[in-house]
Amino acid sequence: MTIDAHKLTVVTGSENDPSARLRKRIFSVIAHVLLIGASILMLYPLLWLLAASFKPENEIFTSGIWPSLSWDIESYFRGWNAMRVSFSVFYMNSFIIAFLSVVGNLIACSMAAYAFARLQFKGRNFWFAMMLMTLMLPGQVTLIPQYVLFRDLGWVNTMLPLVVPKFLAVDAFFVFLMVQFFRGIPRELDEAAMMDGAGPWRIYWKIMLPLSIPVLVTAAIFTFIWTWDDFFGPLIYLNRMQDYTVMLGLRTFVDSTGESDFGGLFAMSVLSIVPIFVFFLLFQRLLIEGIATTGMKR
Amino acid sequence: MTVHAADAAPQDAASGTSKWSRAWQSHAPGYLFLLPWFIGFFGLTIGPIISSFYLSFTDFDLLTSPDWVGFANYERMFTNDRTFATSMRVTFTFVLFSVPLKLAFALAIAILLNRGMKGLPLYRAVFYLPSLLGASVAIAILWRQIFAGDGLVNQFLSIFGIVGPSWISNPNYSLWTLIVLSVWQFGSPMIIFLAGLRQIPQDMYEAASLDGASKWRQFWKITLPLLTPVVFFNAIIQTIEAFKSFTPAFIISNGTGSPINSTLFYTLYLYNEAFSYFRMGYASALAWFLLLLIACFTAFSFLTSKYWVHYDD
Repeated sequence: MTIDAHKLTVVTGSENDPSARLRKRIFSVIAHVLLIGASILMLYPLLWLLAASFKPENEIFTSGIWPSLSWDIESYFRGWNAMRVSFSVFYMNSFIIAFLSVVGNLIACSMAAYAFARLQFKGRNFWFAMMLMTLMLPGQVTLIPQYVLFRDLGWVNTMLPLVVPKFLAVDAFFVFLMVQFFRGIPRELDEAAMMDGAGPWRIYWKIMLPLSIPVLVTAAIFTFIWTWDDFFGPLIYLNRMQDYTVMLGLRTFVDSTGESDFGGLFAMSVLSIVPIFVFFLLFQRLLIEGIATTGMKR
Repeated sequence: MTVHAADAAPQDAASGTSKWSRAWQSHAPGYLFLLPWFIGFFGLTIGPIISSFYLSFTDFDLLTSPDWVGFANYERMFTNDRTFATSMRVTFTFVLFSVPLKLAFALAIAILLNRGMKGLPLYRAVFYLPSLLGASVAIAILWRQIFAGDGLVNQFLSIFGIVGPSWISNPNYSLWTLIVLSVWQFGSPMIIFLAGLRQIPQDMYEAASLDGASKWRQFWKITLPLLTPVVFFNAIIQTIEAFKSFTPAFIISNGTGSPINSTLFYTLYLYNEAFSYFRMGYASALAWFLLLLIACFTAFSFLTSKYWVHYDD
């Protein structure tokens, strides 16, 4: 405390000047007002959606722009079973796909990252550069041959085209994220283990992975959220309603009953983002760190 | 290590092969750990890229085998396809407006937050939330509602006696609703900016203000130059993302790019060519052109970066 105060007076003498302090105070008030205003603007659409989902159908558009509070959960029951296949099925499909994707990404990406970060082999830098190139690649350019491949394998209308690629480390983002983290783990640890006769598999399993829990959790959460959100993949590969994910189910809702049942549509929209929101609440710090260290897109 | 040594030892009785086996011992684990990635890289990335390059010179409907047509697909793209031109215009308009606006918001809020504001974690979380949720179908549905004729925006405008148009179904405004949706998700570049701002040494500002430099001058002379690597990075990532954007336009326009193709993103056009009309050859040509566009943009950015991106060394 005392040191800080001392430093301040030396470096910027004006801090003690009352008018400068007043200016600072005023600035801070203005900044807070701006930020609070922006926050309200940012959150307002989400709050409106939430409020609308709890309103009886006939009040949704008549109650104006202020979210009046009512707690009618009728829309949720109606929306859940509004279509031929209920949302229970969609949720089950989405959860299975997301869960398998998380498992696949964790195994395959951490293996690749371990090779890039720690093992010596010919052409390592070349392959690492190739991996980074795929980060920029638009998925459209592989879309059609992949579709043909999966069709010839008989995988269309199954979740395999959505899940199997995850076991082949195609999400270069996570490989990159993990390489960055693995490089920060002290090399002395694996060298000591090597002295004791541990091979690469043991070092990977017993040293790298246990020390990398934070990055594994980050990768798991992002994988879950991105798979949960994914619309394009399921749109291409899943055509039967009983195989739909939540996102596809929602889209079908818009097409079929959306114009007549806004309450149900909004209620299901809210429910579809609840899993993401829960992860956001629980792991906000990890998500933000993950973005700050790798510059991930979302 | 030991396991592999044991495997290899009996096989190389001749001393000539032991060099090979030693090389194998030291390289094998790397390749084995990369095995899943290699399969994915060749089977799902490189293979399909080459294959779609071939397909782009063919007529292919998924049912019969591809027919070689030479440059016909590319010729059609550039000489005989108004919809292609429209989708290019829509996509470029979207990229040119959404990316700079998004980055400007992200930077402005990051700078405000970086001045040691109280409640930083809370603000940061609030601004980040939309970019986490924004890509989902639910938000696109919400957006359709907000900008509908009787939607939220017009209800708000009616307080001031303004009768707003139906933003979604008016071709003059529909693309703007998507730009607004994209700008609303400025959270993740903001977080990257915040991390970058924290790297700028505080004593540079102290020295500058001792020399009497105003805050405004400090921003232009210290903050922005030192932040250019982060700006550069964010600009590249966000531009590529904007080129690839699909879901919001698909949901808001019911998959058609309506009204009158005003929201027909390039990716949406490509999807319809491939999976509504099954013109897989033409869609492959479109995909390859997108790849070229993104590659040229990235190369151009890197080549020009030395003139405006500030690096320490």
